[in-house]
Amino acid sequence: MSDKTPEKLPGEEKTVDTPVTDPEAAPKAGLEREDAQPGATPEAAHPVPTRAGMWSEGTGDTSGYGGIVREVPFPRPSVPPFGSWYDQVHDRLATLVEDPFVKVVVDRGEITFHIAREKLAESMRTLRDDAHLRFELCASVSGVHYPEDAGAELHVVYHLASLTHNRRIRVETSCPDDDPHVPSVVPTYPAADWHERETWDMFGIVFDGHPHLTRILMPDDWVGFPQRKDYPLGGIPIEYKGATVPPVDQRRSY
Amino acid sequence: MTAQQTDFYANPGEETEGTVYTAMGGGDFADIAAEQADRNDETLVINMGPQHPSTHGVLRLMVECDGETVLSIRPGIGFLHTGIEKNMEYRTWTQGTTFVTRMDYVAPIFNEVAYCLAVERLLGIEDQIPQRATDIRVLMMELNRITSHLVAVGTGGMEIGALTVMTIGFREREMVLDFFEAVTGLRMNHAYIRPGGVANDLPETGIAQLRDLIGWLEDHLPEYAAFCNENPIFKGRMCGIGVQDLSACLAMGVTGPVLRSAGYPLDLRKSQPYCGYETYDFDVITWDTADAYGRFRVRLDEMWESLKIVKQCVERLDASTGEPVMIDDPKIAWPAQLANGPDGQGNSNEHIKHIMGESMEALIHHFKLVTEGFRVPAGQAYVPIESPKGELGCHVVSDGGTRPHRAHMRDPGFNHLQSVPIQCEGGMLADIVVAIGSLDPVMGGVDR
Repeated sequence: MSDKTPEKLPGEEKTVDTPVTDPEAAPKAGLEREDAQPGATPEAAHPVPTRAGMWSEGTGDTSGYGGIVREVPFPRPSVPPFGSWYDQVHDRLATLVEDPFVKVVVDRGEITFHIAREKLAESMRTLRDDAHLRFELCASVSGVHYPEDAGAELHVVYHLASLTHNRRIRVETSCPDDDPHVPSVVPTYPAADWHERETWDMFGIVFDGHPHLTRILMPDDWVGFPQRKDYPLGGIPIEYKGATVPPVDQRRSY
Repeated sequence: MTAQQTDFYANPGEETEGTVYTAMGGGDFADIAAEQADRNDETLVINMGPQHPSTHGVLRLMVECDGETVLSIRPGIGFLHTGIEKNMEYRTWTQGTTFVTRMDYVAPIFNEVAYCLAVERLLGIEDQIPQRATDIRVLMMELNRITSHLVAVGTGGMEIGALTVMTIGFREREMVLDFFEAVTGLRMNHAYIRPGGVANDLPETGIAQLRDLIGWLEDHLPEYAAFCNENPIFKGRMCGIGVQDLSACLAMGVTGPVLRSAGYPLDLRKSQPYCGYETYDFDVITWDTADAYGRFRVRLDEMWESLKIVKQCVERLDASTGEPVMIDDPKIAWPAQLANGPDGQGNSNEHIKHIMGESMEALIHHFKLVTEGFRVPAGQAYVPIESPKGELGCHVVSDGGTRPHRAHMRDPGFNHLQSVPIQCEGGMLADIVVAIGSLDPVMGGVDR
């Protein structure tokens, strides 16, 4: 950048190859770049999933465009300042808990704190008890299965609400498929009891320290975790009074 | 008739043939009776439900009683689990509304709105939803809140013997459902709210029918207060039953009328407004007894507040007649100005003319929408709304495809049933029914 062209806005001459390191270095004008967002890191925590063909899962594609492979980018991690009250919550939690965040994502007006499972119990207790945080209500716990996310296939998403400050945040933690253990937050939020049982039931995530981790929606003797992505939809023969109805994918197709 | 009674299947005492799949001979009841005799106390374990008329569907309660006093109670759920969330991962985003509407089937509109608001947030089109569509959503939600509260009050009354409350409750509900049928074509399971707007505008007679409905409700809603509010039997059954104070409510994640009956005025329509609720004039109802009677009074008064909002909606909808009810984006919008075809099915002749005769692009859009659906940018969103039961949240995750990667509904009833032991233990067996009725769980939403 030279001083002889003051009419140009800072960052305008940056090329696509120039890495953007901080918010100030981001181009304010000129070429719109997807990776020009502040805090964009080259490797996202999620590996970027790809999709082939014009149709979902590449099936039934007779268009000749089956060779096209598109990237499906998840929202990138953000860096402070996040704006609004997000920074207060972020800074306060970072002060009280040592290095809690794996990453923070601000997307579509919602903030997600990705917290390592080792720090989860302590962070959640702090989020509830500290006067500046005060997230009294654990509204929801839900599991999400990302089969492509090697080493962190199973995610647990907690939605917390602060009635005192009228705020909502999302806390997300993850565990690998071969060690599906996450500490339970029931000691902090008793309301999470059934939610964690449901997440165990559907995804097979073991919540260590849960008082009574049993299946809740599926029958007690069920085998498998139905909401995982590798579990088929309706691949179960149904027995009724001795007669057996085959699973949908094995029925006669007429 | 012959002297010997003949049964088509088997006569009493006849030998069984083949494999028998039903429990024969009473199972292990003899063992249980012997064990009970050994223990020599009055404690009985009673299994209440899942097929029990006063458990609001298929809720199972395992009750341990000493005489008629409840020592411990544990709810068992899952009997109505139908895998809706799993199914949604195999259908397009628009088809998702058809699934979520079947969750809490007493308040279907709320499921649809929560889901559609979440999808719209993922799409980034929250600001582009036409005002008339938002007004119709509010109208339908508030009418649905009235019907849901009528069911809660009516069935709750029926379970303690106040049968009239149920019969008149369903009478009023039927009037509202008639209006729903005129608008959406169905009494329940509407799939009316769609990502981008609503499936159809109000019919031509809609506003007139709505004014009649408001008149009917104004005439008949006072009856509930007259029947129940000071009825000594009603108060005797409801007052001081199912008490859950504020700290217990917050610990168990209880919201909605149950929390407001404990005195905390949490209403997402006020605290975190959506669908333009901040522009409507209404009050948040609270009560200070934290018991079943307080919840009944909160629901009763909330119906009047909803009616207040409905009246404001009528004025707005009257003024905005003819405006669009679906987003102006051909890649998302399904045809929304449907006519009633000769076969009784909704169809849009204008739209068919447009795509078949006028615009190739429109045909391509229509084909893509109907076969594959629209793509939603990757990410996740959680949208909570104030359903009649409490906070109804929808958590959707997209991987950029045409179907949800994950959709999860946070149903208030699911949370509320966790607090059944808090409300019932130490009380009388007959009060379980009152406490459950005051929580107003709908098992379709609890089990999904």
